[in-house]
Amino acid sequence: MKARSPGTDGAFARWFHRTGWVRLLIGVPYIWLLVLFVVPFLIVVAMSVATRTPTAPPFGYGGDNPVLNFEGYARLFTDDLYIRAFTISLSNAGLATGLCLALGYPMALGLTRVRPAWRQILLMLVILPFWTSFLLRVYAWMGLMGSSSWFNQMLTGWYNAAVPADWALRSLPMMHSNFAVVLVMVYTYLPFMILPLYASLERLDPVLDEAAMDLGTRPFGVFLDVTLPQSIPGIIAGGLLVFIPAAGELVIPTLVGDAGSPMIGRVIADEFSQARDWPMAASVAVALLVLMVGPMMLYAHYQSKSDEAAS
Amino acid sequence: MNRRPVFLICVLGFGFAFFYIPILSMMVYSFNASRLATVWGGFSTKWYASLFANRQIVAALVLSLKIALLSATVATILGTMAGIALARFRRFRGRTLFAGLVTAPLVMPEVITGISSLLLFLLMADWIGWPGQRGFTTITLAHITFSMVFVTTVVQARMIQADRAIEEAAMDLGSRPWQVMFDVTLPVIFPAILSGWLLAFTISLDDVVITSFTTGPGSTTLPLLIWSKVKLGVTPDVNALATLTVLIVGVGVALAGWLLNRAARRREREMRLAYRANE
Repeated sequence: MKARSPGTDGAFARWFHRTGWVRLLIGVPYIWLLVLFVVPFLIVVAMSVATRTPTAPPFGYGGDNPVLNFEGYARLFTDDLYIRAFTISLSNAGLATGLCLALGYPMALGLTRVRPAWRQILLMLVILPFWTSFLLRVYAWMGLMGSSSWFNQMLTGWYNAAVPADWALRSLPMMHSNFAVVLVMVYTYLPFMILPLYASLERLDPVLDEAAMDLGTRPFGVFLDVTLPQSIPGIIAGGLLVFIPAAGELVIPTLVGDAGSPMIGRVIADEFSQARDWPMAASVAVALLVLMVGPMMLYAHYQSKSDEAAS
Repeated sequence: MNRRPVFLICVLGFGFAFFYIPILSMMVYSFNASRLATVWGGFSTKWYASLFANRQIVAALVLSLKIALLSATVATILGTMAGIALARFRRFRGRTLFAGLVTAPLVMPEVITGISSLLLFLLMADWIGWPGQRGFTTITLAHITFSMVFVTTVVQARMIQADRAIEEAAMDLGSRPWQVMFDVTLPVIFPAILSGWLLAFTISLDDVVITSFTTGPGSTTLPLLIWSKVKLGVTPDVNALATLTVLIVGVGVALAGWLLNRAARRREREMRLAYRANE
């Protein structure tokens, strides 16, 4: 961690280099993250190739099995449970991301068009749910979706009015389904989509819109040719901020999901604490991470680009 | 371009209804006299009374607040250090890895962070005999680790915006470098440090997944207690607890936002006046 030549750093930074304070400033958080973030992650990787044993702790290397046991990874491709869990997780997360974009984009665009005094209040209203408890926001939907709730009964009434009498239902089966999982994901992650989109749309120069209009482009054409291309970084950042946590989500599928089709986060937790198969849990975790590395690096790339733009 | 964007305003209206109807419904039903959580049975405040009489809830809240205060404070110190380092030092050995390390926990699926922290604590207990029992300490360590990177992000963004020339001017005027640090740099980024602390505090107070992996017998935080209750279904006392949480956090955040906004506007006005006086 020894500092190299300061280069473009200012006088203040050069002083840090000269006196060695830089080592403390960088070293302490660096070592903290290495010990409590990198080492645990390496343990998971090592665990994924261990063999399950009836001892405590319930794993070992070697014995009757090869020292590096890849059985866990093999089961990911052969056991239907894991294949289904990955398919359902990725499709639910993808659907939630698409719906967040479909609802969040016009909301973010609308926020840039309202009067500035209103804008502050509305932005605060977008951020406010994000500061309140995630768990309780999921819980709020459990109250709405239950079969005897006013919301479910209202929707059931509309449904029954629309379909033939012999299709009528006493309540809509909303809870414990993939529908519920996607709906609650959209609800809890929507602010993550709106805020980066708003940030990228707010920067756009309205003169460009007007120029396109003056040249005879219709409003929707202006949107497609001018607004949309410039907001792609915001779309990607928002999309990844929804997709990545949604794919590994544990709380939402546990509370409102269908127990018969578990998502990957729940499979990891169950393998670990209930089946006590640590190597299998670790294999699934590593596989999830491998799937997420691409999106995570893409996000980091856009993040550093927007940092550079700001500096 | 001066036409009112009717479609956008309709979507905004729908979006805000979507955001707030579930929360408002939960609040209304917290005053429900009926034991059945979703069937209205008249107005009552009895669930609030039973909440304050419940020792388990009070103990869980105290534990959560202790963990959140300690972990947010340590996370703010570590996160601020990392944020200053990344914003002010363009090149040092291992910078790429360091920059990656402060981004990865932001986007890492919580289950993986939780399970890897638990494995670390389990293996450490096996090898060096510590931590003998998981609880306050292990939860706090895990919370510091995943919340410090949020502080880093906030502080780093503010540092990049802040004018380096002020620091250099102070040095040219003869300030000692440590004076520059404490008299110039830290006051300039103080709002970011404060909002970083607030963010770390609420993240810690809210966390279920990582806490559930790093906790041990007897250490039940408030989210863990709520988690175990809501897994069994909707109950009126959780409605009351949720209402109180949303009201306290909502009023707090709205107040903080209003104060920050007012301060920013006043600063802007003063700057304008100062410029005019100079003309």
